[in-house]
Amino acid sequence: MERRYERNIPALSDQECRLLRSKRVAVIGCGGIGGYLIELLARIGVGYIRTVDGDVFEESNFNRQLLSEQPLMGRPKAKAAEARVQRINPRIEVEPVSAYLDKNTAAEIVSGCDLVLDGLDNIAARRILAAACSEAGVPYIHGAISGWVAQVGISMPGDGLIDILYPQGVSFRDRSVLSFAPSLCASVQAALAVKMLIGRPVETGTIYYFDLLNQEFETIRLDLGKKE
Amino acid sequence: MIEVRLFATLRQGREKSIMLDSKDFSTPGDILKHLDIIPGEVSILLVNGFHKTLDEKLEDGDVVALFPPVGGG
Repeated sequence: MERRYERNIPALSDQECRLLRSKRVAVIGCGGIGGYLIELLARIGVGYIRTVDGDVFEESNFNRQLLSEQPLMGRPKAKAAEARVQRINPRIEVEPVSAYLDKNTAAEIVSGCDLVLDGLDNIAARRILAAACSEAGVPYIHGAISGWVAQVGISMPGDGLIDILYPQGVSFRDRSVLSFAPSLCASVQAALAVKMLIGRPVETGTIYYFDLLNQEFETIRLDLGKKE
Repeated sequence: MIEVRLFATLRQGREKSIMLDSKDFSTPGDILKHLDIIPGEVSILLVNGFHKTLDEKLEDGDVVALFPPVGGG
């Protein structure tokens, strides 16, 4: 056991830590949620992280995005994520992809991964990502934030979770995001990701909904695949 | 009576929980119209804790929960 992971034990077993080092994940979006996801997955010891984002840092990112720093203004987020992980642990393999996820890029972006994590910031891209993950047979851990609210859920291939969360015609008005929403969202996603990667039980077909303004935390069980 | 529970931004300008006479509202769609909420403002719609659609037939004693879409990152 490397000393850097000794404080993972006994919450994780030695074998589970080794298993994490053998796993490959893609984090789609390296902004608010994605920046924290990458940090958490790197710290706990996931062996390979693909960091995907076509965007560069701008001043409006600074209120919430962990990877944003003044010297990185105008620099690619995917590359900043790579550099951050390398500073944490150079033995983690990072593959930065400075491209937006769209219908042309999605299949390649999710290929060869055990798990995909959602750090996206819009509904259209989430629909594309969910379809690509279904096609590739890869589980996808959804996370989204708005204002004081965060929601998280596991989408298994073909379960239609994203179609339920974002029916046609739905749109979100609140474009604000407060600093604690992405960190909470990513923490819940990362915990679910670790459990899935090491084979511990997780609940699918469920949305965890956190309203930090009213301190209300809801567990919503959806009847996925049972259209009524 | 039907209890309507509103979450997050759907509460703005409205109460957290609203009691409606079940005789006046036969579906969640009717309730949205009454509360001046357009369908695009609702992501998850639950009746008695189960995911349902706007045309679900409601009964006296039902609890309807409405969650707004959360889409940022």
